[in-house]
This record gives sequence, structure tokens and C-alpha cells, in this order.
Amino acid sequence: MTHLHIFWAFFKVGILGYGGGPSSIPLVHKEVVDHYKWMNNDEFGDVLAIGNTLPGPIATKMAGYIGYQVAGWLGVINAVLATIVPSIIAMIVLLVSLSTFSELNWVNGMTSAIVPVVGVMLGILTWEFFIKAKKDLGWKFSIGLTIGSLFFLELLGFHPAIIIIILLIVAFLTTPKQSTTTEEVKQ
Amino acid sequence: MIYWEIFMAFFIPGIIGYGGGPASIPLIQNEVVNRYEWLSINEFGEVLAIGNALPGPIATKMAGYIGYEQGGLLGAVVGTFATVAPSLILMIVLLSILYKYKNSPKVKRMTMFIRPTIAVLLGVMTYQFFFQSYQNEGWMQTAFLVVVSLLLLGKFKVHPAFVIIGALFYGAIFLS
Repeated sequence: MTHLHIFWAFFKVGILGYGGGPSSIPLVHKEVVDHYKWMNNDEFGDVLAIGNTLPGPIATKMAGYIGYQVAGWLGVINAVLATIVPSIIAMIVLLVSLSTFSELNWVNGMTSAIVPVVGVMLGILTWEFFIKAKKDLGWKFSIGLTIGSLFFLELLGFHPAIIIIILLIVAFLTTPKQSTTTEEVKQ
Repeated sequence: MIYWEIFMAFFIPGIIGYGGGPASIPLIQNEVVNRYEWLSINEFGEVLAIGNALPGPIATKMAGYIGYEQGGLLGAVVGTFATVAPSLILMIVLLSILYKYKNSPKVKRMTMFIRPTIAVLLGVMTYQFFFQSYQNEGWMQTAFLVVVSLLLLGKFKVHPAFVIIGALFYGAIFLS
């Protein structure tokens, strides 16, 4: 039963995720956090952070890791295959049979209409992460980190992996303040 | 031999391509067009265009199709395996170590510290998708689709699957 759920969750992610791996992030979040409750928002954030720190496609890294968490190595295989196989088959069939597919107007229209919708889903997720950060770290600290990240990532063009690794090291080496420990009781 | 070449052609983009599948496209192109000469640059462009018109992660679609062209079904399996497996295994190992200590205050703090950065990364992607949409269809269509999907997803809590399917129909009819 679990395997059926894993398959169904990532199959949906695979066939609804237009625009490559990153557009599937909000869909994975919807299935894994909201629907099947395999992990909470914090854990999902960790998966996303580590996933962004490591090279390679993001959608399969998320699928594989979540599959592993839920059902071990068989879960990995199930989740990854469910994410990628349907679209690979579609790709092979289309390219072998009809190479003008991507020139069809209605196909381009579909691809185009999905872009702003993915934008909205990513925007909602952004907001959720920001609110969560504010709750745990307080306004000042989270706005500071947000502006800092924005500055280093976008203006100076630092790679996200570098920022994430530096933050992890700083968090590891500094000692927690009292105020943060009271927040953690609710978990 | 061909399977080894397919493996290497997709293993390298898989481990040096930071920033998800789309970031590894130029690296894949370098391997399959420049190094192994399996496709011309035009053919590569065509494969990419079709890949973009279909759902699902882009890097694995490219690997699956090019692997299939070069080495049949086994080629497709080798290509996707090389794309997916190395970084995925690394991810599972790292997160397993992290979760062993998940109750330690230090690990909790580590999780908290990176959250604003993740929000920024997601925010930047949000912007890129909006900007891409503006370039494709202009601001009127973009604003319309943004407002409608925001209402459906945020206010009425409609499942994304239905919103996406709705958008696909809208696009096929009104944006073609």
C-alpha cells in the first residue's frame, strides 16, 4: 500500500511538473507534506537545502530521498521511476513518431500557460518558508538573513551551495541563545 | 563500449551540474554534441524543444532519449541511471547522517539558519517563472493566469493537479 502511495505521489509530480525539475518542487511539497504527511515543513526544507547544495537534477534527488525515508531502497527505486519513466516514454514515443510535436501551436500554448501557474506555486512556497523562518528566528534575524542571501546570491552571483554550507557551519559553531530554545518546545 | 560512453556522457553532467536539471543542459550538450558527436547542434536543439514541451524533469528526459537513440532500451536505462544515481546516493547518505542527530539543538539550528536562504532561492525561481511568462505571453495573460491560479491555489485550496490541467486547457485554446 505504501508503495502504491509512493508511486502515485511521484507519478503525479512527474506528469504535472512542466518546466523541468524545479517546477516540481511545489508539487512534491503538496504530495509529501500536505497530502501523505511523510514529512513536515522543516524536514522538507532540509531536503530542499541539501538537494540544492548537491549537484544533479533536483526532482529525482527529492523523489529518491523521500522514497528512501518512507520505504527504504525499494522506495527509492519506486519514487525515482514514477517521477521519470512516464515522461521518458512520452519523449521517446514522440521523437520516434512525430518530430514536429514541439512546433504545434496548441502544445506551445499549453507549455506557456503553465509557466505563471508554476510561478504562483513557487511564490506560495516562498512565503511559507519565509513565515516559518520568521517564527523560529524572529523578524530581525530572518530579514537580515534573507537580504544577505539575496545580496550574495543575486548581486554577487555566489553559488547557493557556498551560502548554505557557510550557514550550516556558522549554525554548528555558534552557541544557541535562550530565546530559540523556547520556540522548539512546540515540536 | 557504447554503454560505457553513455554512462560517462551523463555521469559528468550529473555530478558537476549544480542548480537542478535545467542547469545541466549545456553540460549534456557538451558531451553529446562536442565530445561524442551523437547529435548535431540542431538535433540537440530539437530534442531539447520537445523535452521542454513535455512534463517531468528535463535532464532525465534528455538522458533517456539520447541513451535510447545510441543504445536502445538498455542505453536509456544507463543514461538515466548515470544522471540520477550519483547525486541521489550522496544525498541519501548526507541526510541520513544529519537525521541521526536530528534532535540535537545544533542540527535544529542548522535547519533554521538555512531557511531564509531557501526562501530566497524559491523566491528567485518564482521571479524567473513570472519573467519567462511575461516574455512568452506578455503581462496581460501573465497577470490573468497569476491572479486566477493564486485565488484557486491560495484561497480556495484547489489541488494543484486541477489548476495545472485547467491551465493546460486554457493554453491549448487561448495561447496557441
